[in-house]
Amino acid sequence: MRRGFASCLAIAVLFSAGLLYAQGPAPERAKAYATAREIPYQSVPNFLKMPTGVYTGEGIGVATNSKGHVFVYHRSSPSKLYHFDQNGNFIKEIGKGLYGFAFAHAVRVDKEDNIWAVDEGTDTVIKFNPDGTRVLMVLGRRPESHGLMPTEAPGTPAPQAPYPQYRFGRVTDIAWDAAGNIFLSDGYIHSRVVKYDKNGKFVKDVGTRGTLPNQLNTPHGIAVDANGNVYAADRGNRRIQVFSNDLTLRAIYDNVGAPWSVCITPGPHQYLYSSNSNPDNNNSVLAAVSGEIYKMELDGTVVGRFGKAGKQLGEFQTVHAIDCRNENELYVAEITGWRVQKLMLKPQTPQTASAR
Amino acid sequence: MKRSLQLVAVAAVLLMGSPLLAQLTVPEIPYDSAPNLLTMPADIYLGEAVGVATNSKGNLFVYTRTGHPTVVEGTNRAFRFGSSRLFEFDPSGKFVRELGQGVYGFLFAHTVRLDPQDNIWVVDEGANMVIKFNPQGQIVMTMGRKPEAIRIPTPVINAANPGGAPLPGAAPAGGGRGEGAGRGAGAPAAAPAPIGAGVLGDNFNRPTDVAWDAAGNIFISDGYGNSRVAKFDKNGVFLKSWGSYGAGPGQFNTLHSIAVDAKGMVYVGDRGNRRIQVFDNDGNFKTMFLNVGAPWAICITPGPRQYLYTSNSNGTADFENGEIYKMELDGKIVGKFGKGGKLLKEFGSVHEIDCRNENELYVGEITNWRVQKLTLRPGQAGTTK
Repeated sequence: MRRGFASCLAIAVLFSAGLLYAQGPAPERAKAYATAREIPYQSVPNFLKMPTGVYTGEGIGVATNSKGHVFVYHRSSPSKLYHFDQNGNFIKEIGKGLYGFAFAHAVRVDKEDNIWAVDEGTDTVIKFNPDGTRVLMVLGRRPESHGLMPTEAPGTPAPQAPYPQYRFGRVTDIAWDAAGNIFLSDGYIHSRVVKYDKNGKFVKDVGTRGTLPNQLNTPHGIAVDANGNVYAADRGNRRIQVFSNDLTLRAIYDNVGAPWSVCITPGPHQYLYSSNSNPDNNNSVLAAVSGEIYKMELDGTVVGRFGKAGKQLGEFQTVHAIDCRNENELYVAEITGWRVQKLMLKPQTPQTASAR
Repeated sequence: MKRSLQLVAVAAVLLMGSPLLAQLTVPEIPYDSAPNLLTMPADIYLGEAVGVATNSKGNLFVYTRTGHPTVVEGTNRAFRFGSSRLFEFDPSGKFVRELGQGVYGFLFAHTVRLDPQDNIWVVDEGANMVIKFNPQGQIVMTMGRKPEAIRIPTPVINAANPGGAPLPGAAPAGGGRGEGAGRGAGAPAAAPAPIGAGVLGDNFNRPTDVAWDAAGNIFISDGYGNSRVAKFDKNGVFLKSWGSYGAGPGQFNTLHSIAVDAKGMVYVGDRGNRRIQVFDNDGNFKTMFLNVGAPWAICITPGPRQYLYTSNSNGTADFENGEIYKMELDGKIVGKFGKGGKLLKEFGSVHEIDCRNENELYVGEITNWRVQKLTLRPGQAGTTK
């Protein structure tokens, strides 16, 4: 008994020591945090109006179309795509029971208002027509079901490049250039950015897993500016890598924390938003030094920041997607909060105002 | 060494002050159970009635394990959904509505509680989540995160890790059921030490119950995997947590139920250690009650004179024990009633008690798939059995 207890204690000490060793340095703020100007903003209360008996799960994807209609792709039972009008009124569910809907990761709307859903569970990217009644294109393929597939075992090495041209490894996000070329961030298992033409034909990819330039560690979001430059949110490496349209590395922004999601505003003067989201493991120590969103010029200059981790309106619970309709109107979807917020930024007012 | 002595002391107290001895002197409280309490719509059934609670109007909420767990295949992982539902009934037991249809975090029900504002709080042991619904049935706060994917087959729980606490290098939550947990990218994880203490924050590992103090602070018993009480302010901001896996004061072995009295004292049903531990509002250990068996479910009545009820529930494979004790808040036993069994008035592993007042209790049972409304008549007999 006594010996057993002593060995228990020894194990406990070993565990603690191992964890302390593994913990490494204390988590730090993003480099730009201290100097970035704080942007006042408001969150519109009760923006999405849910009908009785209809719920959103983990707020994984949010996007708006040209009319301001809001599309939310969320993890529910199993994953669902909801369509709301510009005032947040529920219109309908899109793709109910769809073969490709298993584990939501992103939704984006292209400039023709087609709706694109990115599913990391089935590894498919599905293009709907603007009212969501027809599937127009499918990228990737859901694996055939030959018995249940086990979860990836810890320590399994990441697949090496070259990656298959038309298969994904937990694909995460989608963006387009002005010509309609398709760019995907792919993903948790693959570590690349891949480009297809507007008809879905493979053009090129870049990236292997790693920390060097041109390497990626969980590319989690992607955006393309008006000049066709590609911004990849290299979350695991806590940096944004900027590629030219033919996927040549141009720049690295490493001062805004771990970019969970990026978006670029439309119009002549474009801005880049990036969320240094608090981790989805609900660790309050990490949440205390993360959770803010940065507003940047396309060249990486930080214009300001706003927000922090928390459960109240205007606070963020692991932002997983940002839709920036314009410089001051943003929609954010949160994983752990199961919600979508509409944010109105007020950068013209004095910076002393509170963030809420 | 010191701990070993404490263990022995606790064991000695358990042996001497055992329920067997207590039963000789504890008065039996007469009681009735309302037959056929709940009226269900066609094609809706209760499963294991693990969660039961009432709101200010007397409406009854039941969080039940029912339907089927569904596994969806992904490319590299499998995702699990379903198998728990939340129903509301009026005070007469008539079905009113379902809440949370298809909700992502409804995986393996554990408890439901109503706060003083009639918000409905669901504790889901499978999803590692506590979900707050407003009285209209909308989700207004979520705590914790459902593990993204499951392993098939579920691995055997490590015998050297009985608390199910995360092993070094393991995923930060969900270890107790062998579920892969959230990845938490971007920064290293904080160290959970000692075993069972959990991660600072709402990173639960099979949480079991929720309670509030008068200021609205949230107390969560967490649970099977972790062995701690976590305290949050009313907005869900993490304040502190206390406890670890073990048998000493302030340690827990499956803390299964929690209640807070009007003064803010926190009562924890430390089921595996067969005791109720009492803490002040900041988690300082005050006392423990060792003579009421294994507290599967506890509740405290409202009003100026509060009572504590605790169920020494029978196991899910036996009729042993099963009695519910009525106690003063200082631990003095007032009386007891009930036993394990399948007939009306008997209990099939009581899993949650809602005590609307001293003499009106609702119990949810695991193995009998039902809710009973109990009316106590302590003045009627009051005889010692």
